[in-house]
Amino acid sequence: MNNNKQEIYLSARNVTKIFGMGNTRTVAVDDVNLNLRKGEVISIVGESGSGKTTLAKILLGLINETEGEIYFQGEKRKIRTQGQKREYWRNIQAIFQDPFSSFNIFNKIDSVLLDCINMRGGRRLPKAEKVAMMTEACSFVNLKFEELTNKYPFELSGGQQQRLMIARVFLLKPKILVADEPTSMIDACSRATILDMLMQLRDEEGMTVIFITHDIGLAYYVSDNVYIMEHGRFVEGGPAEDVIIHPQHDYTKRLLNDVPKIYEEWDLSTV
Amino acid sequence: MSRPILEVRELTTKYITRFQEDIYAVDHVSLTVEEGKSLGIAGESGCGKSTLALSLMGYYFPPLHYSSGEIIIDGRNITGMDPDDVRRSILGKEVAYIPQAAMNALNPTQKVISFIEDVVRAHNPKASKQEIYELARDRFEMLGLPAEVLQKHPVELSGGMKQRTVIAVSVILGPKVLIADEPSSALDVTSQKMVIKMLRDMMESGFIKAMLFITHELPLLYNVTDDIMVMYAGQLVERAPAEKAVFDPLHPYSKGLMGSIIVPEEGLREHKLAAIPGTPPNLKNPPKGCRFAPRCRYVRPECTTLSVPLRRVEDERTYRCIIPEAELREIYAHEQQ
Repeated sequence: MNNNKQEIYLSARNVTKIFGMGNTRTVAVDDVNLNLRKGEVISIVGESGSGKTTLAKILLGLINETEGEIYFQGEKRKIRTQGQKREYWRNIQAIFQDPFSSFNIFNKIDSVLLDCINMRGGRRLPKAEKVAMMTEACSFVNLKFEELTNKYPFELSGGQQQRLMIARVFLLKPKILVADEPTSMIDACSRATILDMLMQLRDEEGMTVIFITHDIGLAYYVSDNVYIMEHGRFVEGGPAEDVIIHPQHDYTKRLLNDVPKIYEEWDLSTV
Repeated sequence: MSRPILEVRELTTKYITRFQEDIYAVDHVSLTVEEGKSLGIAGESGCGKSTLALSLMGYYFPPLHYSSGEIIIDGRNITGMDPDDVRRSILGKEVAYIPQAAMNALNPTQKVISFIEDVVRAHNPKASKQEIYELARDRFEMLGLPAEVLQKHPVELSGGMKQRTVIAVSVILGPKVLIADEPSSALDVTSQKMVIKMLRDMMESGFIKAMLFITHELPLLYNVTDDIMVMYAGQLVERAPAEKAVFDPLHPYSKGLMGSIIVPEEGLREHKLAAIPGTPPNLKNPPKGCRFAPRCRYVRPECTTLSVPLRRVEDERTYRCIIPEAELREIYAHEQQ
């Protein structure tokens, strides 16, 4: 896999995360290796408790790894100080599962978006230009900026909030986006819209996306490479076509077997 | 044609907001579920599927209010019954309801068995501990759950096990109709499969006579229910046997819904997901004419003025669109090319 000449943006080497000690010692992420190339979409698939969100948080720099290293653009990642963290987060951003708790409830929507512009160094831009940028971001996600000013995030529906989250990402233009179950709290029709927008970000902005999901069908649909995670370990990984259509590992086979299908018979006898 | 267990005629229920506005979340919905059959209800969030489920029990609490229509369960008309009577003689005995977060119903400080005692005694105050235990044990064994669960506290059970426990408890009085509102959406795939298997077993053994299954996961509905009913903005827009609803939908909205199905099967990556543009209408003042018209790709001038009746095609199929079946099929066939 490493003979690919494309630039490796982010790589995790032997990353391990252990919570607690003694009796409560839990290995959440166990010796994980991961390489992420520019413009690639990878999915990390696992059941609840498999450690996929912990891994995402480590990659985001929200929690520290117990062992192993994270390399960012070829160099070892340094996020000791607040300044270093802020610099790192210019490059990597996240969308979380629960849109309802992703926003500061005291901030109005335009100030949420304004913060993003300021973070990108647009603090001194004229107001009209800022408004134009916010309008563009909102129209990217099919929201109307005029209707959103003076509203608070809780006045929007879940799907709209999730789209607003994507508008933030559109303004921030990070190099890497970590999407942690971005569609599991919204219904199937809005899901297609959200996925389309993420794909558009990849195609137009060249964004690299790490998609974290328990939905193996979703992973197959969006990603170039899929990694299957069980008890903190990657049990299988590779191009989506290989992993999902021709699974090798028993765990992957079991997961696939448990998903309801429409073209094949869904075997209920094997529970 | 076998005996209808659940019959709903032109049911309309509304929410009354604190500004005294009426919001009709279920608007003239009629449906019949025959003995041994299951019906799936699909639709976007906010289309009224959960409100329909609540309304079907005949037990209304503010802000939900009954407006018009009839509900008949196994020949017994429960419309207009006193809420207390409904609670005592209908809920749990005739109709059981499983909400999405069913597992939160368990009291963390009580063992499962004392929870069951409460449920049974609410309907039959004289039941002895021994009777209840035997009833619960038999029921749990029948549903494939270990009897040890009864003596455990909820924290000792996994999420899937909790969900199955609550389902088993909700059917402890032997209801005829089971309404399951997203019973598996908070679970991972393996637990989901166990819940589905349990529901299917209950149907197959004839323990539950009719089931309503509500979810937005279409592949799941396709595998669980006999018929699928699609709701949009409080109205029924299409009802068809599951096979036809998924592979040969008629209504443009159902067509859009089926286009958003994601399954890990070969060929998925080639077809592009078709998202339906726009958002569902605000039910405070729904659009005149067809409610889907503002988002419909095949909209015609008359769509926004004429009211659209349900069309009946074949035996078991209905849909709500002004375009006749043959013409719709022609449009879809043309689009495929």
